[in-house]
Amino acid sequence: MVAVVIWGSLRQFTDGQAKVEVEASTFKELLDRLSTDYPGLKPQIERGVSLALDGRIYREAWFTPIGPDSEVVLMPYMAGG
Amino acid sequence: MALDSSAKRVFKVVGTRPPRPDGVDKVTGRALYGADVSAPGMLTAHILRSPHAHAEIVSIDTSAAEALEGVKAVVTAADFAVQDDQSLRDIQENCMARTKVLYDGHAIAAVAATSASIARAALKLIKVAYKQLPHVTDVDAAMRPDAPVVQSGRSLETVPAGMSENVTSHCEFGHGDLDAGFAAADLIVERSFTTAATHQGYIEPHACLASMTPDGKADLWCCTQGQYNVRTICAALMGMEASQLRVTASEIGGGFGGKTTVFIEPVALALSRKSGRPVKMVMTRDEVFKATGPTVSSSTDVKIGMTRDGRITAGEAHLRYSGGAFPCGTVDMGAQAAFAAYDMTAVRTLGWNALTNRPKEAAYRAPGAPQAIYAVESVVDELCQKLDLDPLAVRLKNAARKGTRSSYGPTFDDIGLVATLDAVKAHPHYTAPLAPGQGRGLSAGFWFNFGGNTCVSLNVNTDGTVGVTEGNPDIGGSRAAISQMAAEELGIPYDKIRTIIADTSSLGHNDVTDGSRVTFAVGLATIKAAQDAIAKMCSRAAKIWDIDEEAVVWEDGAARPSGPNAGKFPPMSLAEIAAVSFNTGGPIAGHYEYNADGAGVSFGVHLVDVEVDRETGATKVLRYTVFQDAGCAVHPSYVEGQMQGGAVQGIGWALNEEYIYGEDGRLQNAGFLDYRVPVASDLPSIETVILEIPNPGHPYGVRGVGETPIVPPLAALSNAVSRAIGLRLNRLPMSPPRILQALSEG
Repeated sequence: MVAVVIWGSLRQFTDGQAKVEVEASTFKELLDRLSTDYPGLKPQIERGVSLALDGRIYREAWFTPIGPDSEVVLMPYMAGG
Repeated sequence: MALDSSAKRVFKVVGTRPPRPDGVDKVTGRALYGADVSAPGMLTAHILRSPHAHAEIVSIDTSAAEALEGVKAVVTAADFAVQDDQSLRDIQENCMARTKVLYDGHAIAAVAATSASIARAALKLIKVAYKQLPHVTDVDAAMRPDAPVVQSGRSLETVPAGMSENVTSHCEFGHGDLDAGFAAADLIVERSFTTAATHQGYIEPHACLASMTPDGKADLWCCTQGQYNVRTICAALMGMEASQLRVTASEIGGGFGGKTTVFIEPVALALSRKSGRPVKMVMTRDEVFKATGPTVSSSTDVKIGMTRDGRITAGEAHLRYSGGAFPCGTVDMGAQAAFAAYDMTAVRTLGWNALTNRPKEAAYRAPGAPQAIYAVESVVDELCQKLDLDPLAVRLKNAARKGTRSSYGPTFDDIGLVATLDAVKAHPHYTAPLAPGQGRGLSAGFWFNFGGNTCVSLNVNTDGTVGVTEGNPDIGGSRAAISQMAAEELGIPYDKIRTIIADTSSLGHNDVTDGSRVTFAVGLATIKAAQDAIAKMCSRAAKIWDIDEEAVVWEDGAARPSGPNAGKFPPMSLAEIAAVSFNTGGPIAGHYEYNADGAGVSFGVHLVDVEVDRETGATKVLRYTVFQDAGCAVHPSYVEGQMQGGAVQGIGWALNEEYIYGEDGRLQNAGFLDYRVPVASDLPSIETVILEIPNPGHPYGVRGVGETPIVPPLAALSNAVSRAIGLRLNRLPMSPPRILQALSEG
C-alpha cells in the first residue's frame, strides 16, 4: 500500500482524510486507483495533477515506480513562465 | 563568484563564458524576429477590438469591409469551429470573441488586405452592435455575491457553495495545528496586501506570418516560447492534422512566460486560409497591453505568529487572484509557494481565483509566487521589526532545509536556501552602513522548476564539427549553454559546435520554454544524445581496430583502447572517426527523447537599499544584490543576466508598474509612456552572487534559474521602503503618489 497526501481542498472527496492508502506500484496505477476509490477526485485528476515522490515533482510519468515507503504527495498540475 | 566549496566534477567548458552564438546577428540587426519574416504576395492583417469592458455582441456586419478594394479576407469567431475541449475553447474565444466581449481590447474581427492602411480602413467599416453589460475589474469586488458575472458555469467542484459565480477555483494546502501554533506565539501580525496586474513587458510585440495553401498545408512563423505548443493549439483550432502545420519560431525579443500561448496566430492562419495568400500580423504596443496576458492581480491576507526569539509558530494566508476573464490556476502555485522558505509545524494557505473583465492571464516568471511571497515576507519583516530581531537571523532560524516538510506537502531534498542565506550574511552589503532616510530590505524567494518533454538530436559532421538540434526557442542563452554541455561531454572545443532551434517538422515534440526547464532538461537530453553518439564512435573505432566495442573508452574527445587485451592503438579523435564515417557504417548521430520530470526546486535571496524622497514620493534604488543557487552555472554570464533581469522586472513591479482601469472598465495606460518599466538610469548595477549546490537530478548539477529571481524583489523593495519611511506599506506598486499618500496619512 502507498500512502498519498491529498491537498486540502480535495479532502472533501476523501471523507476528510489528509492521507489515503491505495494499492499501487506506479503513478499510473496510483492515479487509476485514486479515481476508482475516490470518484470525487476524478475531475481533478483528469484536468491534470502533479505528483511529488520523495520530494521530487513529476508532472507526467505513468510508469515511475513507487516504493511502499515512498512519500507521495498529490499536487496541482504545475506550469511555469 | 561561487561560494560553495563542496566537491564537484571538474569541468573544462561548463562554467566558462564563451561568446554568445546569437551575438553578431543581434548587434548587427540581422537576427530575424517575428515581424521580420515576409513572403511573396503577402497580405497585412489588423484586428478590430472591443471598446467595452463587457458587452454582448448583438451582431457583426462585415459586408462593407469585405467590399472595400484591397480587402482579401475578413474573419470572425464564426470562422472557427466551437471546440469540445474547454481549454481550447477559452483560447479560441480569447483570440476572437464569440458571443460576448469580456474585456477592453477583446478581439472581434480581423481583416487581411493588400496594405496596412486598407486593412485599418476596413476595420472602421465593420459594424458591431453591442449590448453593454455591467463590468468588474477588481478581484475583491468580483468575489462579492452581487458582482457582475463575467462567465457563468465556470466554477470547479472545489468551490464552496454560495460564492460568486466569478469564483472559478479554490485550493488549500498546509499541515499542523494552527490554533496551537498561534497560541504559542508571543506576537501575531495580520495584514492585507494587494498587487496590481503587471505585464511581462517584452520589447518585441507578438508577430507572425501564416501561409496556408489550398491543399491544406500551412507554414507559420512566429515569435513564441514554444513552437510545438503553437502547432498543437493552432492545428486544433483550424481543424488540421499536426503534420500539415509547420511552425518555425523566430528569434524572440523577450517572453518571460507571456509567449507560452497564442493570440494572433490562429487568426492569421484563418485569414490565410480564407484569402489563399500569406498573411502577416504584428501587434501594436497598445494591443500587446490590452489583449495579451498580464500576470494576475491579487489581494492577500497573511497572519503569522512568532516567538520573542524569532521562531515562527504558525502562518496562514488567504490568496485571492484574478487571471482576467477566463479561469486560471495560478493561485494554486501561489498558495503552494507562499511559505516554502520556512520550516513550519503549522501552516495553511487558501486560494481562490475570480473572473474579472480583464485580459486573460498569461504566465509571468514563477507565476503566482511573487504575489504570495511578497505578502508573507512583508509580515515576517514587520514581525522582525516589532520584536527587534535581525531579519536574516530570523530567516536562518526558520529556513527550510533537507528533510523539511514543505508548506505544500513534499519533504525537501537537497536545497540551497541555508547556504544562500549564509552567503548574504557573509556579504559586505548586509552590514554596510545606511544613511538617515535610507532603508534596507531582504526577502527570500522560491520556485518549483520543471523539466518536461524534450527531444534533442546531435549530428557529427565529417569535418569533426557537431550540430545540435533542439526544440526550444532560445530565450535566455540556451544555445550557448547547450553547446557547452555538448562540448563538455564530447570533449571537443565549444566553437566546434553549433546549436540551432528546430521547426516542428524537424524534431520531435518539445514543451514550451517555461518552468526554468531548458538548461536543465534540454541540457540533460543533450548530454544523453552526446553519449549516444560517443557509443557509436567507440563502435566505429572498435571496428577499425578490430577489437571488441567493450574494449574502447571515450576520453578527452577521442576513442582509446582500454583493458589488457585491447591492443596499443593510438587514440582516434572525434574528427578522425567522423572523417571516415562513410566508410565505417555511415553518418554518426546521437539522439535522446524523454520526459524530464524531477527538476530541483530553487531558492534565492535579494538584498536592497533604497532612499525615498519625501517631497516627491520617488524611490531611488541605491544598491541591489541577488543571491541564488544555480546548481551549476553552465554559462555564468547568462545566469547573472537572469538574476539581474528578474531583479529589474521585480523593481518595476514593486515601484511603478500596474494596469490602471477607469470607471468604464477600460485600460488607461496601454503604452510604455504611461506604464513605467525601469530603464537603465533608474537602476544601480545589480550585483550577483551565484551559489552552486549541485542538483542531484542532473548529471552536471544544473538547476533552473530563470524564474526565481522575480520572486523576492517585491517584498525586498517593500521592506526597504517601509523601513526607510518608517511606515509599513501593503500595496503594490509603491508609486510616488501612493508613498506620498502613505506619508500624509502617517
